[in-house]
Parts: sequence; structure tokens; C-alpha cells
Amino acid sequence: MSAPTTDRAAAPIGDGQPILSVRGLEKHFPIKGGGLLKRTIGAVRAVDGVDLDIHAGEVLGLVGESGCGKSTTGRAILNLQPATGGSVKFEGRELVGLNRKQMRPLRRDIQIVFQDPYASLNPRLPVFDIVAEPLIIHGMTSNNKELRERVRQLVEQVGLNPEHTNRYPAEFSGGQRQRIGIARALALEPKLLILDEPVSALDVSIQAGVINLLEDLKDRLGLSYLFIAHDLSVVKHISDRVAVMYLGRIVEVADREVLFDHPAHPYTQALLSAIPLPDPRRERERQRIIITGDVPSPANPPSGCKFRTRCQKFANVLSDSERQLCIDQEPALEDRGIGHPNRCHYAEPLKVL
Amino acid sequence: MSTQETSGSGTPAGATSTGTLAPERAHSLPGFDPTAPLLEVDDLQVSFPTQDGLVHAVRGVSYTLRSGEVLGIVGESGSGKSVTSLAVMGLLPGNAQISGSVRYRGQELLGVSDPDMSRVRGKGVSMIFQDPMTSLDPVYRVGRQIEETLRVHDKRLSRRAAEARAVELLELVGIPNAANRVRSYPHEFSGGMRQRVVIAIAMANQPDVIIADEPTTALDVTVQAQILEVLDTALEETGAAMVLITHDLGVVAGVADRVLVMYAGKPVEVGSVEDIYYEPRMPYTLGLLGSLPRLDSTGRERLTPIIGSPPSLVNMPPGCPFAPRCPLHIAECDAGEPPLFDVGRGHSAACIRTEIVEKAHGDATYVFQETSTDTLLLGEPSRLDEDLPAADRETGPSTEAEGEIAPDHAAGETGSIVSPKGTNS
Repeated sequence: MSAPTTDRAAAPIGDGQPILSVRGLEKHFPIKGGGLLKRTIGAVRAVDGVDLDIHAGEVLGLVGESGCGKSTTGRAILNLQPATGGSVKFEGRELVGLNRKQMRPLRRDIQIVFQDPYASLNPRLPVFDIVAEPLIIHGMTSNNKELRERVRQLVEQVGLNPEHTNRYPAEFSGGQRQRIGIARALALEPKLLILDEPVSALDVSIQAGVINLLEDLKDRLGLSYLFIAHDLSVVKHISDRVAVMYLGRIVEVADREVLFDHPAHPYTQALLSAIPLPDPRRERERQRIIITGDVPSPANPPSGCKFRTRCQKFANVLSDSERQLCIDQEPALEDRGIGHPNRCHYAEPLKVL
Repeated sequence: MSTQETSGSGTPAGATSTGTLAPERAHSLPGFDPTAPLLEVDDLQVSFPTQDGLVHAVRGVSYTLRSGEVLGIVGESGSGKSVTSLAVMGLLPGNAQISGSVRYRGQELLGVSDPDMSRVRGKGVSMIFQDPMTSLDPVYRVGRQIEETLRVHDKRLSRRAAEARAVELLELVGIPNAANRVRSYPHEFSGGMRQRVVIAIAMANQPDVIIADEPTTALDVTVQAQILEVLDTALEETGAAMVLITHDLGVVAGVADRVLVMYAGKPVEVGSVEDIYYEPRMPYTLGLLGSLPRLDSTGRERLTPIIGSPPSLVNMPPGCPFAPRCPLHIAECDAGEPPLFDVGRGHSAACIRTEIVEKAHGDATYVFQETSTDTLLLGEPSRLDEDLPAADRETGPSTEAEGEIAPDHAAGETGSIVSPKGTNS
């Protein structure tokens, strides 16, 4: 993208270079026409110019509604779904365009935890084999005894009983399976974990344990997280900085306190305002910003600002001449004098919580 | 409870009808007593035979729904909250074994024939399902599906009149350009729009009761906020009472008047929404609240998970079903399953140690640990018992000083991390 994210000063643990630096990341899926030739007649612009920085020891939350491209961003960073444009630099090394073989050594440093613990573990492998697999593939242990000891350690580290590693995933609850998925991701001692909705399949009482675990692991092992989720309460709880995504782009990124206390983009404001608080008195007193309609199709996004079709500011506050700017020109992700970058021509901090 | 009763009886459902829709209300159905309570569920039990044995999905649910009230039923997956409402609607599969009683306006609904039940469904009690992608018929236009509900209860209604009402209903639930959209098929609508259609169908016949089973769970938050507004409109228009089933404690906080918390197929706490959120008495309720990451918190408090998982509903051991996960667990808890004890006006909890939970005043750290481990590792679940409830047990309840000690114990842990035992790193 034209304007790179320049909020490094705002990063809490930003000592110089970020470990992961994403610039103008694009992932477009072709839409094929009917008929014999299957010509490409368009593209779903799932990720359309994403800029992100993650520093060592930092948790960056990436939030957005379904279809905004947050999961695709995570997968494109890992090259699981190769990006169609842009750049991903991990510790200064370009990842976009690497083939599988070139990618393999880098997978030791970046790992992923998937959303659905029922689908992401091989049901035919006992837990020991699931956790040991990455160690064997990468030749991390020299003998069986060492392997067993390492798996035991990993399983214990995620709060499970190491005596149960001969069991199969089906014998574990959802929360326990997600812990197994985390143990597998930690096996290669990665520096960066991409957590793709790691707790959204779990009930709250179980989810809390996994969130606590992720916090502990981060502190103990000095990990960095890209925490992808749709639940803003969870993201607020765990993140140091938060990026809000809408229709394939980051619309606002700021420190956690700033983003939740003084969101400046109308979408962030609407998102925060829409979340019901588990506090009957406060919840009943709140004024809600309710935005209309649904997310537009990423195959045919609106001109100019992508959010203008649902924006309450565009609809109710701006004058016709001001609106013209939203229609003609897409706002860049930049700081407009309020201290953090966002994509709104008329950004204005507002307290919504 | 008594407060709700007075407010409820002051506004009989019929009086609140705004009259824009059909004036005829459900309780005018022959055979139903308009003065009887709207919906009474009494000791409802539902079991399903499986290869592993009988699954006791619902093990004794009782509640009374009063006019104009919103009753929230909360619980985690598998707690029996959906099965309860399917039983009320008579929609359970044939192999389900049902006992107890469900009375609508004084008339028993359990064991009623399907044609008779059809007179009640949609007109007396209607239902909104979780997934708007599957609860509409994909091969019929949405207008046709609304008209069907109308004409099934009013045989004299002409096609044209029914269509006019369908348009009116779609406008009410906020579908733009309703006169044209009435001829759309469900696949032409987004998830939020489909749920609006489902709500239009549910309110079409001015029902007395709307049961909404996770009506916003499949939707994004911005759409959820829209749908909650529409539900509000639906209740205003029809004057119906609502049973709102959800796992989202935020949604319940904003909508419900009374809350019923379910665990392992049974209500474990019932009370006004304020009782439940600010003064819970059942450790499970307290644990649920402590597990929630809060958007409205200022600091970065640790969460207090509930270790372990809910029990299997096949062959349940005697005793409190929450005991294996409960930090207040003592030997007496295993003796028998506690009934709902009255702990305040209209507030009851199924726990023998409510006097300790009372002192938490909604602060879960008073009872629960900020752990990150899973139950399997906790070799000695009594560890918590030694820490504080033991002291409570000896000195008896309600000493002000104890309130000071317990947060202290919690505060000591906010910074440090309770690491899994035996970690070698």
C-alpha cells in the first residue's frame, strides 16, 4: 500500500525492527466464468493491501467480522495460501514467493494454531505422535528417549497430563484438544505464533483456561502472537496492539487502550458499540451505534472508502461535499493528527464504551 | 419473583397489542384459559436412548413464564437449554423419552397430537431458531413462507390479504423495499436478513410466547445488534413474552428480566438479571462470570476458568453435578444432588454452600483460581479448599474481615502466574 504503517513509536515493546513486517499484502482469489474455457472474470479481493508489524514479545490482535479476510491474512503470511502480491518479511527475510522447500526451515520460527480443534488434529494419531511429528520432520531430537522427554515436556507445558499421550484426540474435550494443538505448535520453539480464532470454538469456562495458558506461554517463552479473532472482548484481554480489518484492509491500528478507549474510525466505533456487555445496568444505559446492512461483496467493493456504504457518519453527519471525498478517494492508513493510523478522512476519537 | 408477577399481571398480553396486525390473539384459541399463566414447565425430563445408554439431556426443568416478561436461559453447550425448548414446542424426535408437564394457558402440551399441537405452534407459542440458513425453506419465496403461517391459523384469510400482511411484517422487521423482497428466495438474503424473515414468521400470528433459541449466535456482532433491535420491536408489536436461550451472557444482560442458569440438564440458579450478574449464589454462575474477558474492564485482570469439563449425561454419579469442577467442593456435596434453595426474593440456587458464594458479591477471584491448567493435572483439587473456604467453614459465614482476606489472596496472584505443576522449563 502507498502509506506504510508508521506506528512503531506506539508499539510497547518496539525495540527497533519488528520481527514480522507485512506490507501491501494481497490475496485475490480468481472468479472463473462458466463454459469450457473457464476464463477469469473477476477476483475476490479477500486480502487487499494489509500492512502489519509485530515486534518481539508483542501480541497483535487482528479483529474483524466474518469474511473480512483476517484468517486469509494469517494463512498468506505463513504461505499456506500463497499471497498474490505484497511483501511479508520475517526477521528481514522475504517470505512471499518462497516455495515449499524454501519455506520449511522458516516454519520452525512461525507456527499456527487453528480454530477448530475437532478438525485440526489427525483423529488416527495418538496425541504423542501428533506432538512428536514436527520434531521428527525437522530432526530436532537425536533419539527416542529425547523425543519422549520433549513431548512429555510440551504436553505438560500446555497443562495436560503427560500420561495421557497414548490417547486419541476423540478422547479429549474441545479445550484439551486445543491445548494439544498448541503443544504441537510449540514443539519447534517458534518465535511467532499465528493464532487463528484459537478459542472461538470453546465454551467460555473452557476458553478462559486456554486464554490464561496463552498468556503464560507468551511470558514464559517470550513468544509473539498474531491473535486473529472476531471476539473483541478476547482480543482486548490478550493484545498489546489491535488492528481492525474491514473488507480486506486494516482500517485502524492502535495500542489496546487507545483503540478501545478512543476509537477513531466509524467502523471500530460501531463494532465496539455493538458488543453487549455482561453487566445489566451498564448494558441498559448504553447508547448504541447501529450500522445498517451487511458487508459488501469483496468481489465488487464500493469505490473510495470501502466502509462508506454502512458508515453512520457518511449517512448522517457529513455534508454532500464532504461525502464526495469518501466516494472518490480511498483514505490511506495514516495518522491524521490523532496519534494512530486509521483509514477515515474524517476520523475523530469517540468514547463508545 | 413477586415483583415480576405484579408487573406482569398489570399488563395482560391482549392489552398490549398495538392492533396494526391481526387483532385476534392466541389465547382466544378454544380450550385455553386466558387467565392461566402463559407457560408453565414443571419437572420436565428428556432422555435419549443411545448405544452407550440413556442420555439424560434434561433432568428436571421447571419455570413459569409471565406475560410480557423475557426469561433468559443460559448455559454452555450440552446443558440441555435447547432440548428444553424443543420439548415445549413438541419438536423432539420420536425416540425421545419425555416426562413432566408443559402447560400453555393451563392446557397440557406434552403428549398432545401433532395436529392439535399445530394450533398452538406459531399462534400460541412460536419459535426462532439459531441458524437462519437452515430454518427457511430454500425452494419457497420468503413471502410464501410468511403467508403459509398466516393462512394455516386463519383459513378465511385470502391470498391477497395474506401477502399484504407479509409485506407489512417484512417492513416491521426492517427489510428495505419489502414489497419487492417479499418475492425473493432465502438464498437472495444475507444471514441477518434471513433472521429478520424468521422473526417476521414468528411474530406473524401475534403469539403469546416467542422462544428464541440462540437467535444471534450465527451472526456477526454488528448484525447481532440489528437483530436484537428487531426482536425488541417484535415483542413490542405482539406483546409476547419471550424465552431467550443463549450462551452469550452479554445478550442476556441487555434483554432478559429473569435468568435461569442451566448446568448438566438442570437449572442451577434462577433469579432476576441483577441477582444473577451482581449477586450470584451458585459457584457455577460465579465461575462463568469470572471466565468472561470483559470489554468494560480497565485493567488486565486474569480470568478465572472453571477447570475440567461438564459431566457426561449418561450414568451420572449421585451428588452435585458441578462438584468435580467446583473449588468449594466438600464431602457433603457428593451425598445428593442439591435442590434449588431459596436465597432471596425470587432468587434460588442449587448449592449447599451459597453462604460462601454470597460473600464474593460477583467477584469470581474470591472462589476461583486464575489457573491455566486443565483439571487432569490438578492432583489435589482440595488445594483451593485449604486456601479460603476452609477458613469460612470454621468461622462461619458473614464475617466482614474475611472479605478482606480473600481479595488479598487473589491480589497476590494477579502478577504471578500459576504454572502447571511439574513443568520442567
